[in-house]
Amino acid sequence: MEKQWRQPRTLVPAVPVEEPTWAQRAIASLLAFTARVISGASARWVECQPDTCQRVYFANHTSHLDALVLWSALPAEVRRLTRPVAARDYWERGWVRRYLANRIFHALLIDRRNIKVHRSPVDEMLRTIGDRYSLIVFPEGHRNTGEELAPFKSGLYYLAKKRPDLELVPVYIDNLNRVLPRGEFLPVPLLSCITFGPPMWLEHGETKTEFLQRARDAVLRLKNL
Amino acid sequence: MSTPEAETLWLVGGVIVLLGLVTLVSVYVKRRRDLALDPAAVAQFHRRVVVWWILCLLLATAFVLGRYWTVGLFGLMSLRALQEYITLTPTRRGDHRALFWVFFVFTPAQYIAVALDRYELYSILIPVGAFLFLAIRIAMAGDYKNYLERVAKIQVGLMICVYCLSFAPALLTRRLPPQPKQPAPATALARQEHPLEQQASADEAPPTVTRTAPAVIWPEVHEERARLLFFFVLIVQLADVLQYAWGRLLGQHPLAAEVSPSRTWEGFLGGVASATVVAALLSWAVPFPVWQTATLAAATTAVGLAGGLVTSAVKRDRGVEDYGTLITGHGGILDRIDSLCFAAPVFFFLVQGAFGVPSA
Repeated sequence: MEKQWRQPRTLVPAVPVEEPTWAQRAIASLLAFTARVISGASARWVECQPDTCQRVYFANHTSHLDALVLWSALPAEVRRLTRPVAARDYWERGWVRRYLANRIFHALLIDRRNIKVHRSPVDEMLRTIGDRYSLIVFPEGHRNTGEELAPFKSGLYYLAKKRPDLELVPVYIDNLNRVLPRGEFLPVPLLSCITFGPPMWLEHGETKTEFLQRARDAVLRLKNL
Repeated sequence: MSTPEAETLWLVGGVIVLLGLVTLVSVYVKRRRDLALDPAAVAQFHRRVVVWWILCLLLATAFVLGRYWTVGLFGLMSLRALQEYITLTPTRRGDHRALFWVFFVFTPAQYIAVALDRYELYSILIPVGAFLFLAIRIAMAGDYKNYLERVAKIQVGLMICVYCLSFAPALLTRRLPPQPKQPAPATALARQEHPLEQQASADEAPPTVTRTAPAVIWPEVHEERARLLFFFVLIVQLADVLQYAWGRLLGQHPLAAEVSPSRTWEGFLGGVASATVVAALLSWAVPFPVWQTATLAAATTAVGLAGGLVTSAVKRDRGVEDYGTLITGHGGILDRIDSLCFAAPVFFFLVQGAFGVPSA
């Protein structure tokens, strides 16, 4: 019975991403390399190892670079299967961003202003990842000022509830808000650090508030490790 | 570069042999658990040895490839040290644009000026140009909170990590008038140029000729200057480790107990004295007589070791052990090169001014 509980209810095949061309592969590697150099990012895996299994990486959000740097910190084969969830209004502005979001990161763009019940972002995420891909989400919903971690939005809870088999990996991104603060467009190459924590799941009978609090604490815990 | 001179081979070869021996000792000490040594100290020593190998091989490679590569290598070290320093130093949102200038304009400009031997530019670019510019830029950002403190933090970082360190590769690019050892090529070439210049433009000829006369010795002097740079890095690093050894052996009186309990007067004086003796023994490798080499080494290593205290104070203020532990997984470059940073300008000006030639 316990095992059955871990099985997802409906497992649809992933929305396929066309095989990347060699140019797209090259751009992806170059971009990941550049992001690592500019952000001086070191990735730390604490009680967690890189894996191609389906995961949801959830992190604090302080800079526009967050998704890119987190994505770059993953090993190449994991990176290819990991798709950031990002704001449509930001990533569809200009052809460079649109190209990067659609062809390189294969980002899942969410329309923040037009969220409807019958087409909720969570369902869209689940449909997109199917049985193959992982996600990068920022459950705070917006970039915080860097000092305080904002309360988490409920999307993470519904992801965990609808797909209990997904590994939820907390991630803490340190110092990146100084590399590229809000409202700036030129990054300064300081050192930043990305800490991956131990995976977690929705516990049996856990309420939404409890779960979101536990998830937020899991991210905060990595800050002081 | 043609075949290296005997002195270069002896110096570089000697250092490599010495490093080999030190590595053997380090590996042996690490294996022997029964010696009851402090494991943290052993690990620290081991890390140092690895850094020396990297430094030595990088310098050797850069020498073979030429001066521009050496300047570039030091430029990268500066950038990295500055990155570590600024990461450690709290800055505010208002400093962002100023920091951008520091990383992408002033640091590259300084090293380009060094590479092109524009002494009149690189000697003042940072202490005058960058310092004033940063103060203005941060004021323009409109955030006055802790203004003086923030400006000073960035200025000190730029001074230590970039300006000071750039004088090490400047040893290599700075032109020297012919040394008494080999005056022939310079005068010969000057004589050749003289009539040609006069034919071309009679009015401007005299100043041009006097200017070009010392410029021609590049290929000949290069190796001697490269040896000078190698010698400089060697004695400063040596003083660093000897200070540690003396401090461990008979350290009693701390230099500044609150800042760094491991640095003692005994270690400091012992380090300077023993590095000076070694430098005097190596004076065959540099174009100075024994007493000058010894004075040079004493002044340089004293400032270098004292400089280590400055970075210790910064770290202590920020509450970290070393620049590497700030962000896990990064080895702190600044921890390794802090004494080089402080010693470089002293060495440069002594070589150029006091013992060598007027630096203008």
